[in-house]
Amino acid sequence: MSEKVNVDVKLGINKFFVDEGNPHIELVENPDPAEFAKLEAACPAGLYKRDENGNIHFDSAGCLECGTCRILCGDTIIKKWHYPQGTFGIEFRYG
Amino acid sequence: MSEDKFDVIIVGAGLAGCISAYLLAKAGLETLVIERGNFPGSKNVTGGRLYAHSIEKIFPNFAEEAPVERCIVHEKVSFMDGSSSVTLDYASPEAADLGSRSYAVLRSKFDQWLAEQAESEGASIVPGVHVDDLIVRDGKVCGVIAGGEEMEADVVLLADGVNSMLGQKLGMVTGVNAHNTGVGVKEVIELSRQQINDRFGCMDNEGAAWLFVGSPSDGQMGGGFLYTNEDSVSLGLVFGLHNIDKVSKSIPQMMEDFKNHPTVKPLIAGGKTVEYSAHVVPEGGYDMVPKMVGDGVLIAGDAAGLCLNIGFTIRGMDLAIASGEAAANAIIKAKEAGDFSEAGLASYKTTLDNSFVMKDLQLYKKVPGFLDNPRMFNQYPTMMTGIMKDLYTMNGTSAPLRKIVMPHLKQAGFMNLIKDGFKGATAL
Repeated sequence: MSEKVNVDVKLGINKFFVDEGNPHIELVENPDPAEFAKLEAACPAGLYKRDENGNIHFDSAGCLECGTCRILCGDTIIKKWHYPQGTFGIEFRYG
Repeated sequence: MSEDKFDVIIVGAGLAGCISAYLLAKAGLETLVIERGNFPGSKNVTGGRLYAHSIEKIFPNFAEEAPVERCIVHEKVSFMDGSSSVTLDYASPEAADLGSRSYAVLRSKFDQWLAEQAESEGASIVPGVHVDDLIVRDGKVCGVIAGGEEMEADVVLLADGVNSMLGQKLGMVTGVNAHNTGVGVKEVIELSRQQINDRFGCMDNEGAAWLFVGSPSDGQMGGGFLYTNEDSVSLGLVFGLHNIDKVSKSIPQMMEDFKNHPTVKPLIAGGKTVEYSAHVVPEGGYDMVPKMVGDGVLIAGDAAGLCLNIGFTIRGMDLAIASGEAAANAIIKAKEAGDFSEAGLASYKTTLDNSFVMKDLQLYKKVPGFLDNPRMFNQYPTMMTGIMKDLYTMNGTSAPLRKIVMPHLKQAGFMNLIKDGFKGATAL
């Protein structure tokens, strides 16, 4: 039953206006692995990734702007979190 | 430098913001709504079902005109393990009383309609602008700072959603933490109108609301949902964030497994996902409601934590609408008296206290604590599917009914059942 989810395909359906070069979420350097693991599990957009070598990756493009990562790790490994500037980010066509 | 001063600036063109803007503009107040999305609704997500009673009061017979999807006439709740489910199904014709109905809605469409109503009364709605900060002088909120520009107003209404960055900055909103919130994820899956009618047993314009308890949220507090739209279904799940370190899989994986559950898969077969969305849901109930009134400022809707999950119904939008209305009336009163201080705006809180909003939140105050129990989402759904499996399986062994049921009750724990049953009876 358990087919591995491909979140990137789902995000590909959405309409985004990415503010290139101006990420609205930033992580601290060398984030605590236990905190990062929470975000790997929780982020609906699957933006917090760890590769086979254990290296972590994060890119705020594709963010659905739910605020989950800020709630979980706003005091720990998230250095900066604000909404994208006006007109940028996700645009829900259904919502 | 501000050019001119508004009576009211509203941050956020969601339900609370637009309802308030409509009523304020109608009363002749100069009202500005600032929305960070490209159009009202473009940043908003619902599960989606709107209980009509509070909006019906403001726009009688609104569903004739507003873009609602389907009137809910089927209520279903399924208890699920990884592969099976037991479902309770209640069907009833649409209520004759318009205020007793509920509708599936999609916010991107619905909020635009609501914003148009506010605009037609003379409210100014400015989309595509993010409010960065508030102007505060001597503890009084005097306006907003957006796009480097200062704009002043007698009152600022924060209808900026569950994360209310501005309410937090003011120190009024303090309860947005993992314990009080869940995250919802949702796919809108396109099907034909006829497919929906056939699969959910309804006619055009009628639809189903379906909740799924158990495996969708990985046996933790939360659950799956399905609402039928005109020609799509909204399928998703909500997960209580404080249990994130107890999961066996990621939330996106939970969603994928939910879609592939044998009970759900045929419902969406052949459908095409047209959007994937997520949003945080305030789930703390009464205990997370913040200080809602300050000097020159009010907080409404999700920003005020106004949401009520009692297990078999989940509401937020009807509370947002009622709070937007109460905020507008309080501001109109303050304007008449020329007093925009906390005391001058205090009727907002008393109106809400005397309305269903705070009464219901108070009534179900203990429910979040009662629901935050993995037995509700793991042992009990498994117990129910287990009993059903043994009841309906014929394989040549003879056993009396009590011998079929008892082992399942025993596994869940008699004491647990009694304890949780009692807790549930007092919480609800």
